[in-house]
Amino acid sequence: MSKFLIRRIIFGILTLFLVSIVVFAATQALPGNAARAILGRSATPERVAALTAQLHLNQSVASQYGHWLGGVLSGNLGISAATQQSVAHLIAGRLANSAFLVLVAAIVALPLSIGLGVWMAVKRDRPADHVLSMTTLVLAALPEFVIGIVLVVLLATNVAHVFPAVSLVPPGEHAWDEPSVVVLPAATLVIAVTPYISRIMRASMVEVLESDYVTMARLKGLSNRVVIWRHAVPNAIVPAIQVSALQLAYMAGGVVVIEFVFSYPGMGAQLVDSVANRDVPVVQALTIIIAAVYVILNLLADLATILVTPRLRTAGR
Amino acid sequence: MTTSTEPGPPASTGAVQVRNLRIELVRDGTDVVDGIVIDVVAGEVLGLVGESGSGKTTVGMALMGYTRPGGHVVGGDVLIDGHDVRKMALGELRRLRGGTVAYIPQDPGTALNPALRIGRQLSEMLEAHMGSTGEQERDARVREALEEVALPATDDFLKRYSHQLSGGQQQRVAIAMAFACRPHVIVCDEPTTGLDVTTQARVLQTIRELCQDHQVAALYVSHDLAVVAELADKVAVMYAGRIVERGPREVMFSQPRHPYTRRLLRAVPDLEGKRPIEGIPGHAPLPGHRPQGCFFEPRCLHAVARCRETFPEAVQYEPGHWVCCYRADDTPKDGPVLASGRGEAPASSGEVVLSAEKLDARYLRRQTLFDINLAVARNECLALVGESGSGKTTLARCISGLHHTYTGTVKLGEAALAQRARQRSAEARQRIQYIFQNPYASLNPRRTIGQTIARQLALFDPGSGRDRGARVEQCLERVALSARAADRYPDQLSGGERQRVAIARALAAEPWVLVCDEITSALDVSVQAAIVELLAELRKQTGLSILFITHNLALIRTIADRVSVMTGGRIVETGRINEVFEAPKADYTRQLLANTPTIEAALGHNGHGA
Repeated sequence: MSKFLIRRIIFGILTLFLVSIVVFAATQALPGNAARAILGRSATPERVAALTAQLHLNQSVASQYGHWLGGVLSGNLGISAATQQSVAHLIAGRLANSAFLVLVAAIVALPLSIGLGVWMAVKRDRPADHVLSMTTLVLAALPEFVIGIVLVVLLATNVAHVFPAVSLVPPGEHAWDEPSVVVLPAATLVIAVTPYISRIMRASMVEVLESDYVTMARLKGLSNRVVIWRHAVPNAIVPAIQVSALQLAYMAGGVVVIEFVFSYPGMGAQLVDSVANRDVPVVQALTIIIAAVYVILNLLADLATILVTPRLRTAGR
Repeated sequence: MTTSTEPGPPASTGAVQVRNLRIELVRDGTDVVDGIVIDVVAGEVLGLVGESGSGKTTVGMALMGYTRPGGHVVGGDVLIDGHDVRKMALGELRRLRGGTVAYIPQDPGTALNPALRIGRQLSEMLEAHMGSTGEQERDARVREALEEVALPATDDFLKRYSHQLSGGQQQRVAIAMAFACRPHVIVCDEPTTGLDVTTQARVLQTIRELCQDHQVAALYVSHDLAVVAELADKVAVMYAGRIVERGPREVMFSQPRHPYTRRLLRAVPDLEGKRPIEGIPGHAPLPGHRPQGCFFEPRCLHAVARCRETFPEAVQYEPGHWVCCYRADDTPKDGPVLASGRGEAPASSGEVVLSAEKLDARYLRRQTLFDINLAVARNECLALVGESGSGKTTLARCISGLHHTYTGTVKLGEAALAQRARQRSAEARQRIQYIFQNPYASLNPRRTIGQTIARQLALFDPGSGRDRGARVEQCLERVALSARAADRYPDQLSGGERQRVAIARALAAEPWVLVCDEITSALDVSVQAAIVELLAELRKQTGLSILFITHNLALIRTIADRVSVMTGGRIVETGRINEVFEAPKADYTRQLLANTPTIEAALGHNGHGA
């Protein structure tokens, strides 16, 4: 098992390395001179030359990449081209806000969708199952921004004015200082990811409920609760874990749209701004961070899968 | 003969009393089983015999107040210790299941939970039924239960998961679980299917001892008449959802009256080789497709007009011997069922068509075959017998070129063959044809039977293009399938029919040797007998040679000329079939023979001799 883990970690690092090359190449491929793009048309040639030197744009591509990678590895993400602040300083607060948002959403969404999936499977082919199946299908088909806007209409403006429609956080403060700003963006995320996870959970649970060992557990005279939660769920949860990891990783990246809808001060909003400003160092840093979240979450999902699957855990014994 | 009808409401205190049980499909009210009557007293074993789809598992589970999703009990009484299971509330049912009536599953590999440790699965049984006991007491009881089935009661063992156990150990765990709460009744659902004979013998011994020691009433559900003959005190035979005959073991085996029981007994292979085996043509009607009169009537040789009108009621002929048949008085006159003459196998010519010399095979880094030498003569049937893991399938795959990491020589006639099938000549591939164990997986589900066979014809006889339709028909005819089967897809055929198609496909290549790898082990005994009959007939007609691989010793006695016994990747004994069976030289062969249950031996010993 530890062998497997080490292999997965090495693969994860390799993946990140490849992502860094792709990200770097993509930003290189942007048309025009980055320095000119940043400074605008009216910039004097001297200023452009100075910025070009500052951004190492006059060096070879490989050397530029090496320079950048060296900085990333030593924790120096570079200097924002737009604000001249250090990138790390610029995005730290934003990252924390996004992480808080995703965490809140995950804490609600994961148990909710597992529970819903189990319940649908237990009530299979009864009205409750049909209604929930349809509802989750419709929700899965809606884009997040539509969900976000509907929530704003319902809970922040026209119908009931309970939560703020725009998640304003004063500079220097964090989202958790003003928890009400998180509610609507988090609810949107929850509604966006729950259908997928609960439908997968339902499907694998239906299969497991038909297995011999569940019949056996019933014939042992165990209570329904024990049969479902001890005998069925641990065997049905693996696909849900894998989908949850993908969905959480998707949240980390897909949070962009939702943050934009609510003007939530997270890394998604930052990414949108930076792309608009051609702030290449910030875009690179955020992209690498999002990629790292993907890799780490999938690694965690594999680890969790091994932990709940004795056959994998005891392999090689 | 007495012609009393069914007994009224039970008066005795039998552990299990079932009266006129009827279970229907919720969907459309089709009956799955009906008119089921069962009596078992403490310390007694009732063997419930039937082929797949006969409803025997449905009846077994009904004793625990359980019906599989889609079915429900609509009539009759199920009394356990005098209490009606049908009137129990959910809480009472829960105490009944596992507490009063315990279940031993068919396949412990899938019935044990893969995510829970063995110890947990045992102790939760006690938690559910002996709630007030302390943890230490429960732990002691778990270890005792394991010791009763001769498993190590160590911490290490309790911490294992089911995939870390062998098939035999898994079944012992399931048995320990069943007996853990000292139930009064045990339902055994084919608990030894899929186990090797050696393991099966030990498992049966364990069940027998536990039932006797604890005075448990057992319902032993099985398709294996030989096992039932060894274990049961009483036998009930099910056909298409009805018990057609039931009675004491000796009567059921020596004077069976129902034509189905009699045909079933004739389909069971005889280890002594005193009688040929006969299949039963046709197949059992499924729920919803059952005829108006006797369900066996379409396949019955004794049927009269009356049989087509109403299903016969059970009538008692000898004490405790009940039969549902209008002809039950006459059937015994068609001769004894068990001992009779043996069919002559065709003599082989002695010319060797297929041989293996000094064959060593490895799988990954492990050597799996050691110094194998064998030869199959023209028109000979050589049986290769061994338990699971003995290497018999690997050997068959080497011979066919499907497993290529071997050294040594495989020869077709005089010609040595390449290791890989694709490097062999077309002729070599044509002359050796392989038939797989599972006819459900070996036919392409997207091709009709006709297309499957036409493809084989096109491959080995490209000139046959124009009259291929007629050739396909001929091929089907040789395996006793109608020409209509050509337009069917595999899923529209029964298991036996599919295996016939697989044989027809092999024969279409006009092979010299058929390699048959456990080809009857997925089939019912009556269908198995029919397939074996077919192979014998084909051999007589075409001069075919057969390498017949099986774990079933009794089966080869009736069809093979010679036998090679394999264990641990080596052939330990080869000889003419009668010599090996009557005077086995290898210890392993002796052990296999001793552990193979047979009806004759069970009745001969007149009791529970093992």
